[in-house]
Amino acid sequence: MQMLTCKHISKKYEGDGYALRDVNFSVPAAGIFALIGRNGAGKTTLTRILATQLSPTSGSASINGIDVMSGAGSLREIIASVPQEARAINWLTPRQFIFSYLLWRGYGHGDARRKADEAARKLGISRFMDTASRKLSGGTKRKVLVATVMASEASVIFLDEPTTGLDPLSRSELWDTLSRLKKDHFIFLTTHYLEEAERLADRIGILENGRLMALGTLDELRGKVKYPYSIKILSDYSVAKPRKGNMIKGVDGFQQIVTTEDEANRISRELIKKGVRFSMNPLSLDDIFYYIVKKPLEEESYGDEKERY
Amino acid sequence: MAMKRSGISQFWASILANSIYALGNYPAMMVSMFLTPFSILVVIFFVSHGTLLTVAIEGGLIMTMITSGMSLQTDLSHLKNDFKLQDMVVASPTGAGMYLFGMAISELVYSIPAIVVLAVLAILFTHLTALAWLILIAVMLAMFAFSTCLGFFISTFTSDVMESWAYTSIISTILSALPPVYYPITYIPMPFRYVAYLSPATYAAEIIQGASGFLELSSLSAAADWIVVIAITIIIGFVAVKKSRWREE
Repeated sequence: MQMLTCKHISKKYEGDGYALRDVNFSVPAAGIFALIGRNGAGKTTLTRILATQLSPTSGSASINGIDVMSGAGSLREIIASVPQEARAINWLTPRQFIFSYLLWRGYGHGDARRKADEAARKLGISRFMDTASRKLSGGTKRKVLVATVMASEASVIFLDEPTTGLDPLSRSELWDTLSRLKKDHFIFLTTHYLEEAERLADRIGILENGRLMALGTLDELRGKVKYPYSIKILSDYSVAKPRKGNMIKGVDGFQQIVTTEDEANRISRELIKKGVRFSMNPLSLDDIFYYIVKKPLEEESYGDEKERY
Repeated sequence: MAMKRSGISQFWASILANSIYALGNYPAMMVSMFLTPFSILVVIFFVSHGTLLTVAIEGGLIMTMITSGMSLQTDLSHLKNDFKLQDMVVASPTGAGMYLFGMAISELVYSIPAIVVLAVLAILFTHLTALAWLILIAVMLAMFAFSTCLGFFISTFTSDVMESWAYTSIISTILSALPPVYYPITYIPMPFRYVAYLSPATYAAEIIQGASGFLELSSLSAAADWIVVIAITIIIGFVAVKKSRWREE
């Protein structure tokens, strides 16, 4: 199986601290791998190292067996990257931008034109292809960038926060595109939107302060949490503290119980009897993320902060 | 099976994106590039009552080449920092050398009108010999290579287009204000003349002015000038290819 492997990668910027510390993991290079983390967690640094744009201070990495340092030339044949804050060049139309990018990748003119049109059609941006990029909406601009890398022959695509700043509808459209794209590409995605990772990713890595805190499928990440079920009380009703687990109570009356599956079932039966409106779900990625990075929720909790989940 | 890639396409991509498409959208850019060497040419012509016209035309040709390099630095900084183009190209099969070559030639596209008009003026007014023309072309190419390599090298280190403007200003002083490109070096009084020799463009200008008979230049001085021009071009070319921050450290 083709794999993405990082071995003890560290990165220290000159005059700064460590952006990455001993990052060590291996995942199948298929589907979507989402890297989530707070601002400054090291997501972009790791992405740039893997996309051969930045050298690590120590450690090594490979994609499909090709080393990102010694095999950069070969790797660049199969990768494409949309960096964070990348924009289609203002003075070019999407057609000109995608066409130029494909020429940079070494396509002949005929192939580049055909592939640019094909990618635009797939992303639903054909009607904007001859409009100057500066006149396009933010969502369309991002789609142009995704179309640009999608039009290429690259089988590994790096997308660094591709949906940042998009409205919910544009974001959802881009998610649909990525869902289709992942069928025949390996997408390395970084995002701040946990919902995005939850919806799209086959595997998720959580990076915090340059360290990889957790890695796995959503179910595997839930398995790392002591209390993997969540009950959110939707009525104005004061719930008793659970036998197992913790209760989170916000100043605005928000109540959430995190507990085991058995206890969640017991509590839910009680709530049904009393006619209390509630929702019961496995923990969301949001909850898991907060647990793993140990970021205190702003709401006041009855339980011990560290033992919340 | 690996895709067969066309080096010509990779080269042509830079020219299309950085000049041909840009000119199509913003034609004023060509007017700007056209005016830069002529503005000084006109001033020199009037101030010298026409006596320095020939040397100023040759100087204009050299400055057009140097301006290309300075513009390259700004353009690449803008593309790198505001559009993240360099990162996109790094993570592609195009290498630094091909990107530099294509982008350098793209800057030359903007200079074509100025070069054509200056060349016509040179034919009409300077009456250069065939050898002097060859020397002029060789010096122009050397200055183009030098300035574009320098521009590329600097652009890979900039983190903001504002920073690149600062570099442009510094380079512009060293390469265009300091050297006596539009007039003979003998017009600069001693000891200030030594300051002019800090700029590679001074040596280029001396070679041209010597070849066109405007300056009496011994064979030894001409050879020394050539050595400086060639050496600095090779060094900066080497630095651009080997030391530019293509993949960041």
